[in-house]
Amino acid sequence: MSTGILLQLAQTLLAILLAPLLMGWVNQCRAWLQGRSAPPITQPYRTLKKLFHKDAVIAHHASPLFRFAPYMIFACMALAAGIVPTIANDLPFSPAADVIALVGIFALARVFLALAAMDIGSAFGTLGARREMLVSFLAEPALLMVFFTASLISQSTQLPIIVQTLAHREFAIYPSLAFAAVAFWMISVAENARIPVDNPSTHLELTMIHEAMILEYSARHLALIEWAVALKLFTYSALGVALFLPWGIAAQGDVAALPLALLAMVAKLLLGGAVLAFLETISAKVRLFRAPEFLGTAFLLAVLGMLIHFLLEV
Amino acid sequence: MEIYWLLGIPLTGGIFLALWGCRKHAPEINALVSFLTLLAAALLTHRIIDQGPMMVGAGWFFIDSFNVFLVALTAFVAFTTALFSRPYMRIEQEHGKLNAQRLRLYHSSYQIFIAAMLLALTTNNMGILWVAMEAATLATVLLVSLYRTPASLEAAWKYFILCGVGIALALFGTILLYFAAEKVLGSGGTALLWTHLNGVKAQLEPTVLSLAFVFLLVGYGTKVGLAPLHSWLPDAHAEGPTPVSAVLSGLLLNVALYAVMRSKVLVDGALGNDMAGNLMMGFGLLSVVLAAFLIKRQTDVKRMFAYSSIEHMGLITFAFGMGGAVANFAALLHMTMHSLTKSAIFFAVGHATQKAGTQLMDGIRGLIKTNPTIGWGLMLGTVAILGVPPFGVFASEFLIITTAMHEHPWATPFLLLALGVAFASIFGKVQPMVFGETELPKLPYQPALTPVFLHLGLVLMLGLFIPPYLAAWYRQAAQLLGG
Amino acid sequence: MTLTYHLQIVNLLAALLLLISFAMLSQRRIVGLVTLFAWQGAALALSTAIVAWSTDQHHLYYSAAITLVLKVVAMPWYFYRLVRKLDVNRVVEPMINIPTTMLIGIVLVIFAFNLALPISEMSGTVTRSTLGIALACVLLAFLMMITRSKAIPLVIGFLAMENGLFFAATSATYGMPLVVELGVALDVLVGVFVLGIFIFQIRETFDSLDLKHMEKLKER
Repeated sequence: MSTGILLQLAQTLLAILLAPLLMGWVNQCRAWLQGRSAPPITQPYRTLKKLFHKDAVIAHHASPLFRFAPYMIFACMALAAGIVPTIANDLPFSPAADVIALVGIFALARVFLALAAMDIGSAFGTLGARREMLVSFLAEPALLMVFFTASLISQSTQLPIIVQTLAHREFAIYPSLAFAAVAFWMISVAENARIPVDNPSTHLELTMIHEAMILEYSARHLALIEWAVALKLFTYSALGVALFLPWGIAAQGDVAALPLALLAMVAKLLLGGAVLAFLETISAKVRLFRAPEFLGTAFLLAVLGMLIHFLLEV
Repeated sequence: MEIYWLLGIPLTGGIFLALWGCRKHAPEINALVSFLTLLAAALLTHRIIDQGPMMVGAGWFFIDSFNVFLVALTAFVAFTTALFSRPYMRIEQEHGKLNAQRLRLYHSSYQIFIAAMLLALTTNNMGILWVAMEAATLATVLLVSLYRTPASLEAAWKYFILCGVGIALALFGTILLYFAAEKVLGSGGTALLWTHLNGVKAQLEPTVLSLAFVFLLVGYGTKVGLAPLHSWLPDAHAEGPTPVSAVLSGLLLNVALYAVMRSKVLVDGALGNDMAGNLMMGFGLLSVVLAAFLIKRQTDVKRMFAYSSIEHMGLITFAFGMGGAVANFAALLHMTMHSLTKSAIFFAVGHATQKAGTQLMDGIRGLIKTNPTIGWGLMLGTVAILGVPPFGVFASEFLIITTAMHEHPWATPFLLLALGVAFASIFGKVQPMVFGETELPKLPYQPALTPVFLHLGLVLMLGLFIPPYLAAWYRQAAQLLGG
Repeated sequence: MTLTYHLQIVNLLAALLLLISFAMLSQRRIVGLVTLFAWQGAALALSTAIVAWSTDQHHLYYSAAITLVLKVVAMPWYFYRLVRKLDVNRVVEPMINIPTTMLIGIVLVIFAFNLALPISEMSGTVTRSTLGIALACVLLAFLMMITRSKAIPLVIGFLAMENGLFFAATSATYGMPLVVELGVALDVLVGVFVLGIFIFQIRETFDSLDLKHMEKLKER
């Protein structure tokens, strides 16, 4: 039990600490692919450090919610990161929240972000919040469908159990999981404000979504939000790995497998980040009113995956 | 042996007419080929009457009294239509509506269409039946659009797409049929042979077969022109050349219904209840009533008679749906009567519209003055199709309605109402066309109306007296369909 | 879940077929549609060949070969040519917007799966579970025909429907007898060429391939 708690803490801490590194890796890959000279991989840490040392500027008519929101968002993301098995399956926290609760935690963070964005009353914030809601109202059901498919295969909504079943079954082609994986990829792209739904590297476009919401933040608040964003990307990547490439995650009580699991994890994340950067480079951002179509497709794929599971795999 | 002649003659004729091209005597060749086909059909019929049902070509073809009667009818109407189209198409060409190349296409497609229908009738394989039906559609698509007017293209397109979808449903029905058959007969070519299926029909899986029948009925029913999938039929009839309207109405609809009936026999055997019959009665009644009320609103003469075809096909479907020896007998008789009468009407209408230069009924007046033969032909044909005694249609309609009264009294008011409405509207519209005032001069040429009077004479004869061997033949066919 | 590997691949291809059907529903360009149609044919041919191999049904090899030649090579080539000749490759919005079409499509898939369930339970083939997918493909192609107003997409919808039926025959009964399949293939081939001629006629007469112009023949 105590090793469990230790592992849990270690894993959460690891996630929080490594998240900016993943972000840095993706940015670096992207720069390479675009033929620019890449920023150092530790650039996100430096940005965070810089932001933490600045003085916060806050609008006069901002309510306490505006100050409170970044902490809340960060906490949500940290909690989410704690639920998803990254290196070990033995997570005492996880019975407290299954995959459905996980979707809820993401939603909670989003609600706070949107509320804070509207709190100031600037046009951009409201615009961003509305667009974010448009994206999320399509992305969330699709994400749930993906989880349902995985749950149906493993007969449980607990992430560790899902991972356990998926990692230790006899190898077989699951068309439903293939569909779910593609859907999950599309949802992750939308949720993490990446191309083609949103562009993370600019906030001067009229089509921006995420950046429009955090325009008013500065200093430590902005740092927390940026960190939460990195954490979100990390959590989604870990989720994808856990659901669709679960091999290598250490089983319950198998402490000896931990170093290998860590290595596997790093390798998978490096690969995932590189693929993300590659796909971002080759695709163009879609017009905003096509975003519902993009997410509709994700939803469709997820539902199809589930239906196909019923038809072909029961 | 006759069967190969029967199928081979129109097929080679079609290919020959396509290759030989737009020579001067193509219409005569067309008629000659049709005549030879008729001869082959007559020989085949004679053989069947003599020797009873038979299988030819290792079970690939199967002829019994049900289909041989349709073969004879098809070959006969095909021949008279070819006779009619010889002068008719020539005049169309003189009017500049057609050129020689399209005439070549017409002649070749016509023969191939006849071949496809004969194949559909004589094949023993339910899959080949499907293939032949589809081939018959394809052969006629370009015939419907022969004039290349926007309306005719639209009609042909609608015809193709709607019948294509319908026939695709029928293919699924055939797949289901094969699926059920394969369990009993084993896989391979023999499992779709109708005779084999008929032998084991009681063992076929009822659920699968009922589903299959729904698909087959809707699929082939589209081609029969059953409501609500009938909308291609009036367009195709109205916009295609008149000989094509005549064979579509007089023959293709019959062949499609034949396909439905072949399936019904199997399904009845497998289910042991009236599911198939009830479905057919429902669709048939709906078509009769809907068509009758739509006839009232037509302004185009060919369209009006196309709706009349829907009405009559609905009636026949209804009668087959009722089942039983009398109803089947009546349905077969009505099939014959309708084919003969309707094609005769289209021949007369063709000349009338050619003369008036329009298909709108308001533009056609006083046929009796401009050309008494056409006028009388149209009038008699109309009277015959409306079921006035002593024409044969009266006999068959009377039989159908009395049977309906006896077995399904609830349906008779609908039938009588529909027939009444159709009577009033068609008669009211044809009467001024024939007897109205006109300024037009007399027709310069003598129209080829021998086929009209030949058909009507037959209908009249069958109304007064059905020769005993013919009656026995019908009765035999009715029995085959489940007496 | 103790399916052999080749059957798993057949299942995967079945899922792919369904996916392609949806992609066709959402495709706005005619050339894209033709490409998808070719891919659908390829998936179909491959799965038929695998079924043939794993069940020793030799006639299915012929079916697969016919599919490959007709639907992957000949017809797409013909359509590409047609599109180039007629110069009709533009973005065309379907009559119903795409997300709605997709939702209707999902409903159709559920319907098809339910319809196929009792039949596939009776079937003795190893591929029976894909019957639902085949039926879904048929219905989706049907939906595509309803939502399109251009001539070529309609024809492709029609052919996609035929693909679905073919797949249904393979999955429920290991294919129809060879003679029938040959006949069907012949009909489809002739149908496509007739339509090719026909499309030129429409183009000549209406100066457009939009069938919305064809609204003269309506019941008044």
